[in-house]
Amino acid sequence: MARQPIGEILLKADNISLSFGGVKALSNISFDVREHELAAIIGPNGAGKSSMLNVINGFYHPQQGQITFKGQTRSRMKVHQAAVQGIARTFQNIALFKGMSVLDNLMTGRNLKMHSTMLEQAVYWGRARREELEHRGKVEEIIDFLNLESVRKTPVGRLPYGIQKRVELGRALAAEPSLLLLDEPMAGMNLEEKEDMCRFVLDVNEEFGTTIVLIEHDMAVVMDISDRVTVLDYGRLLAVGTPDEVRNNQEVIDAYLGVASD
Amino acid sequence: MSEPSTTAHGSKIDPADTLPKLLLQHARIRSNSPAMREKAFGIWQTWTWAEMADEVGKLVCGLKALGLESGDKLAVVGDNRPRLYWSMVAAQCIGAIPVPLYQDSVAAEMIYILNDADIRFAVVEDQEQVDKLLEIKDRCPKLENVVYDEIRGLRDYEHTGLLHSIADLQTLGQDYDRAHSDFFERCVAETQGDQFAIMLYTSGTTGNPKGVLLTHDNLVITGRNGVEQEGLTADEEVLAYLPMAWVGDNLFSVTQSYVAGFCVNCPESTETVMTDMREIGPTYYFAPPRVYENLLTQVIIRMEDASAVKRKVFDYFMEVARKVGSRILDGEQVNSMERMKYWIGNVLVYAPLKNVLGFSRIKLAFTAGEAIGPDIFDFYRSLGINVKQLYGQTEATVFICVQPNGQVRADTVGVPAAGVEVKISDDGEVLYRSPGVFHSYYKNEKSTRSTKTEDGWVLTGDAGYFDDEGHLRIIDRAKDVGKLTSGAMFAPKYLENKLKFFPQVKEVVAFGDGRDFAAVFVNIDLDAVGNWAERQNMAYTGYTDLAARPEVAEMVRECVEKVNADLAEDSRLSASQIRRFLILPKELDADDGELTRTRKVRRNFIADRYEDLVNGLYDGRSAVDVDLEVKFEDGRTGRLLAKVEIQTAQAYGVTEMRKTG
Repeated sequence: MARQPIGEILLKADNISLSFGGVKALSNISFDVREHELAAIIGPNGAGKSSMLNVINGFYHPQQGQITFKGQTRSRMKVHQAAVQGIARTFQNIALFKGMSVLDNLMTGRNLKMHSTMLEQAVYWGRARREELEHRGKVEEIIDFLNLESVRKTPVGRLPYGIQKRVELGRALAAEPSLLLLDEPMAGMNLEEKEDMCRFVLDVNEEFGTTIVLIEHDMAVVMDISDRVTVLDYGRLLAVGTPDEVRNNQEVIDAYLGVASD
Repeated sequence: MSEPSTTAHGSKIDPADTLPKLLLQHARIRSNSPAMREKAFGIWQTWTWAEMADEVGKLVCGLKALGLESGDKLAVVGDNRPRLYWSMVAAQCIGAIPVPLYQDSVAAEMIYILNDADIRFAVVEDQEQVDKLLEIKDRCPKLENVVYDEIRGLRDYEHTGLLHSIADLQTLGQDYDRAHSDFFERCVAETQGDQFAIMLYTSGTTGNPKGVLLTHDNLVITGRNGVEQEGLTADEEVLAYLPMAWVGDNLFSVTQSYVAGFCVNCPESTETVMTDMREIGPTYYFAPPRVYENLLTQVIIRMEDASAVKRKVFDYFMEVARKVGSRILDGEQVNSMERMKYWIGNVLVYAPLKNVLGFSRIKLAFTAGEAIGPDIFDFYRSLGINVKQLYGQTEATVFICVQPNGQVRADTVGVPAAGVEVKISDDGEVLYRSPGVFHSYYKNEKSTRSTKTEDGWVLTGDAGYFDDEGHLRIIDRAKDVGKLTSGAMFAPKYLENKLKFFPQVKEVVAFGDGRDFAAVFVNIDLDAVGNWAERQNMAYTGYTDLAARPEVAEMVRECVEKVNADLAEDSRLSASQIRRFLILPKELDADDGELTRTRKVRRNFIADRYEDLVNGLYDGRSAVDVDLEVKFEDGRTGRLLAKVEIQTAQAYGVTEMRKTG
């Protein structure tokens, strides 16, 4: 089983515009993400990258435009609906349960797949027991996948930053998403941690065939690992294309390096 | 040198004289007992002897189908994984010779061994090792097949020709098995005790590594002697966590398990060894002194962070243990009041502590490879853990000397092990003769002849002597023992070890041969000193920063002066008291070639690399500027610029040394 070929359009954003009061965060953005693709959204600070992710998973509601995911078009959606549909994400600032162990944090990622009632879980019998075993099995696969064995029972708050980021990725994976949104997974990491994280992101894409949308401002990382890159600047869409196309796009170069005033 | 595919002397005393035969024997007589465990996905998976034999059988057929022939060499690279162990036995069944390599070897080291050993087949753990082999493939023309265990990340690799997964290999084997019924059993029946069982590369503190050829007889007889001497049974539990390329792992976790029939446990990963150890609770354990040292350092660090009451209780009962613990373990007379206190201490401190360390069930623990600090040694023994030192070599299939129960000392290595004769040559070198004596160095007749005499004595290269109780005492490598200009004996290793026994000190390199006085380089222990610095509210950025602090230098000076005070007592060594020292601005690293893969310092290499610093020690300067090239783990290089202060230490007692500077 090699990496699955890039398929049909999984997610499509049409003419998305979003503003907060007078601030236009996104204006008229359209792009698409295909199945099994590793897509990146890049842009300078304040370009609207995180806003775009928040629109995709239903946290922000755009004033204009619509999102089509798995053929379903919608303009307003609640966050939990996004989760049910198979969208999982990580955050720029880690949002884990700090006092809980890595294992428990990952188990929370399985939440949507648990069907037993609270009473069943309390007595740990029948369906609850079966489910627990099944979910634990799945979570152990993720622990193995992300090399988290040695910290399985460690409270997350005691772990170094780089590992916490990895745990967050693990929790998103535990939901077995069809679309994974990663908000600056390499931010604040040293070189070695970045390399590890790149490896994991690529492995997730290859091993599970998960479609990934990645926000990152480290250009080197993005250019190395993504199939397609969308460039935003001040809420505008600057360019969409393969890393090479984007790298040679004059507008992108100007936005990143600035233009001489004369 | 011919390879004995047929045995010259066909006499058979014991039918199970090879590892494959032992495997099948256990598969018959204790088919349902656990033979091997591996923690995977958080759960210990178990293979019984029958299941293990079945797995090995599939590998034998698979390797044969892939073209492995008798006399071929098969490299094994990776962490301690069941499938890697099985491939080694599988190779032995065919009459091929497994060659385990250190899993952290860099490409250059691997190229040398792969070519020197004429490796055609390699069985490796995962993508990391596959990448390494693919990278050096062009420079190792003989390498034909690479088999891997863990598929992760390898799906996209081209699988034609060179690369195979173990699962595919076993499937291939099942087809082969159908076509050639009982192939596995026939192979096993043909193995002979005098066939080569394994080739191990010695790390080599000087020159290129040499391939030591050991026969099944070497392994099985030595292993059996050890099992009988120590009373090991089929109920032991062992944790296989030390490198597979180390002779000890092959003897303790493979041969002795095959001889006695006990279970070997493979940890989940190298980082989880502590946890896995606690879950398994091994009864038979081995570790180099460094491991015991690290564990003790961790205990001490954690106790320093504990509450005052806990610390008091700990200190009180550790004092009790220090006084009577080892004596109780040695079966000596101890009065009932002391016994009572020890019993309470056991409930409150020792038992919980041993449980945390995973030492609760230990019957026998070995330490070998380097001298162990008396404090560290006494700590474990006083807790009731039977830690013993042994003295061994790859060339001896481990055992030369072992400490008998009840006669365990920190500064000797015991008496000759079962079946081993030991003598001291006229110039002080230790020689031995035993059933474990290696066959030869691969393709190196000259080294074989200079190490092994006609009548089977092997020169260890170690200087030592027997003390009044008949226990062997090792001072240093024979060739490293030198002289100061005053003519007094200088044993660098002895000084280094003495200083390394302090928890703050990680590595030491001593100089003095042909010099006026002894001087040392010191590596501080980042864990211990870092923790101390934190408690002093001292901010630091990393090793280099900490190493340059005057407070740290003062702390090391105290250690050095304690060593000097000790040396002053010994008339033969008092001249080699340490007059000057410095703290190295970087940690010595095997990747930079400063340590061997088994973490022994390469003194001459270091002396060349840090020539400026060595000169600084002797020409009286107070500080030296260094500009070093360092290699990072990912292979990139960088520069390190630092100003290194040179410190002086006080010497005690008789001194006839000339003042310098």
